[in-house]
Amino acid sequence: MAHAEAQSLRRRLGSAERFFWDRAACACYTFLARGTCLGGRLGELAGRSVLLATGSQLTAALALIELDGVARRITILPPDTAPEHFAALITGAEVNAVVIDASSPSEFFDIPLRVACAPTIGASELPPARLSTEWVMLTSGTTGVPKMVAHSLAGLTASFAAKAPDSSVTWATFYDIRRYGGLQIFLRAVLGGTSLLLSSAGEPVADHLARMAAHGITHVLGTPTHWRRALMSPAIKKIAPLYVRLSGEIADQAILDALRGTFPKAAVSHAFASTEAGVAFEVSDGLEGFPVSYVEQVRNGVEMKIEDGSLRIRSPRTASRYVGTATSLADKDGFVDNGDMVERRGDRYVFTGRRGGIINIGGQKVHPEEIEAVINRHPQVRMSLVRGKRSPITGAIVTADVVLESGGGSGGVDRVKDDILTLCRDALPLYKVPASISIVPALDVAASGKLVRRQG
Amino acid sequence: MSIKLTIMDQMTQIAREHGKHLAPLSDDLALLDSGLDSLGFAVLVARLEDKLGIDPFTASEDAVFPVTLGDFVKVYEHGAR
Repeated sequence: MAHAEAQSLRRRLGSAERFFWDRAACACYTFLARGTCLGGRLGELAGRSVLLATGSQLTAALALIELDGVARRITILPPDTAPEHFAALITGAEVNAVVIDASSPSEFFDIPLRVACAPTIGASELPPARLSTEWVMLTSGTTGVPKMVAHSLAGLTASFAAKAPDSSVTWATFYDIRRYGGLQIFLRAVLGGTSLLLSSAGEPVADHLARMAAHGITHVLGTPTHWRRALMSPAIKKIAPLYVRLSGEIADQAILDALRGTFPKAAVSHAFASTEAGVAFEVSDGLEGFPVSYVEQVRNGVEMKIEDGSLRIRSPRTASRYVGTATSLADKDGFVDNGDMVERRGDRYVFTGRRGGIINIGGQKVHPEEIEAVINRHPQVRMSLVRGKRSPITGAIVTADVVLESGGGSGGVDRVKDDILTLCRDALPLYKVPASISIVPALDVAASGKLVRRQG
Repeated sequence: MSIKLTIMDQMTQIAREHGKHLAPLSDDLALLDSGLDSLGFAVLVARLEDKLGIDPFTASEDAVFPVTLGDFVKVYEHGAR
C-alpha cells in the first residue's frame, strides 16, 4: 500500500539535534533525515519483509526510523525471544531480509540478505519512503510461539499524534522499545522531537538511573515491576521526573502511592494497552483501576465493554490482524479480548489479573495479582509474587514470595510475615490468604520487565 | 519440637487464624471433627511442608488421607524417616 512520503518517520524528523542514548553509545537520530545507520544499504531492503533482530535497543531504534516507508514489513524481535521460535517467526512473517548488529543472535546468519546496523550515522542518498510499512510486534505470551501482531504507523501513533512537540521534554524508558508499551514511547519521542534514553542489556538499575540523572530526563516509562526495582535502588533519589508512566502490568495502589511519595512533583499515570488492542486509556488521578464512566462512553475513539468479567476493547488503534495465521484477533463486532479480568468496586473497575493465571482453590478462583496488591500495601514490602502450590486437599493453595524494602525495618522477619498475614486476613476471604510466606532476596523479572509467573 | 507437637501447634494456630473452634486434640480424634475445614487442612499441609520439609501426601502416589489425628501424625513420622 502506497502513501504520501511525508508520512514516513524519516520525513517527520525535525531539524533540531535529538539523541538516543544507551550505556555505550549516543546517536543523533535526527541526522537520519539525510543519513544512514545501515551503511547506505537501505535501497536493498526496499519492499522487503525485514526482521529487525539487533541485539541492542539503540540500533533497533535507529533502524526503525530508516526502514519505515521503505520496507514492506518490519517484524520487531524482542530481546528475550526464545531461539526455538525463530524459524516459525521467519516463516510466518515471510522474512526475506534481516537487520542485525554486533550483538544479534547468530541464528539469523542463514538469511541471505543481512544488513548490519551501527550506532553511527553516515551521510547517504536514501531511497524514497513511499510504502505504508506494516509494523509487526510479538506478543509476550509465556508459552509457545509468540503471536505476530500487525499494526500501521498511523494506528500506533494515534493516541498522541495530535500532541504538539515539546522541546523541554526528555524521555527515558525502562521498558524495551521492542514491546508495545515501550514502542509507544519511542514513537512519541521521535514524533515529539525529543531525546530518548534507553537501557542496555544487563545494565544495573543504579547505573541506568545515574545516566537518566546525567541527561536530565523529565519523562520516564516503566512497568510496575521496573518501578518497584528502581525504588529499591538508592540511586532513585538522583532523578526528578515530571511525568512517570506505568504500563505493561497491573498498576496497584501501592506502587502508585510509592511513586507519588518519591516524586511529589511528578504526574503519575498508568496506561492500559496490549499488543493486540493498542492503547485503550490512560489514568492520571493516582488511583488504581479506572472510572466506571470509561466504559459507558466512547473516549478518544475507544469503546470498552465488560463481558464474562473481562475487559473488551474496540478502537482505531487495534492491530489489524495476526500475521502468519488465520486466527481472528477480534470478535465479530471488532472487540479484542485480552483476558484482562476486572471487578467493579464502587465507581471504579479494578484489574484483578489474567484469565489464564487463575489459581483454583477447591473450586474457588483466585487471581494472584489481587493478593499481591494487598501484600504490596505493607510498608516494608517492595514486591511480591503469589503462586498456586499444589495441595493434596484443595488442589491448590496460595503461597507468596515477598521482597522486602532494602534496610529491612524493625521487628524481624517473622513479625513482618505475621503483619502481612494479618493484612491479608483483614482484606481477603480466607481462601485467598497465603498459607505460607517466604521472604526472598529478589524475584525473577523477564526481559519484558514483567514478573515471571510459573504454574506451580 | 517433635513432629506431633509441631502438628498440634500448627493446628492450634490455624484454628485461631481461621476463627475456628478446635476440639481437644488426641490421637483418636477424627480429623473431620477437629474443627478445621478442608481449607484449614490444606493450609496445615502447606505449613508442615515448610516446617518439616515434607509433604507425604503429594510425595506418595498411593497416600490415603488419614482418618484420625494419630494416623495423620504417623504419616508424617513415616515420611520423615
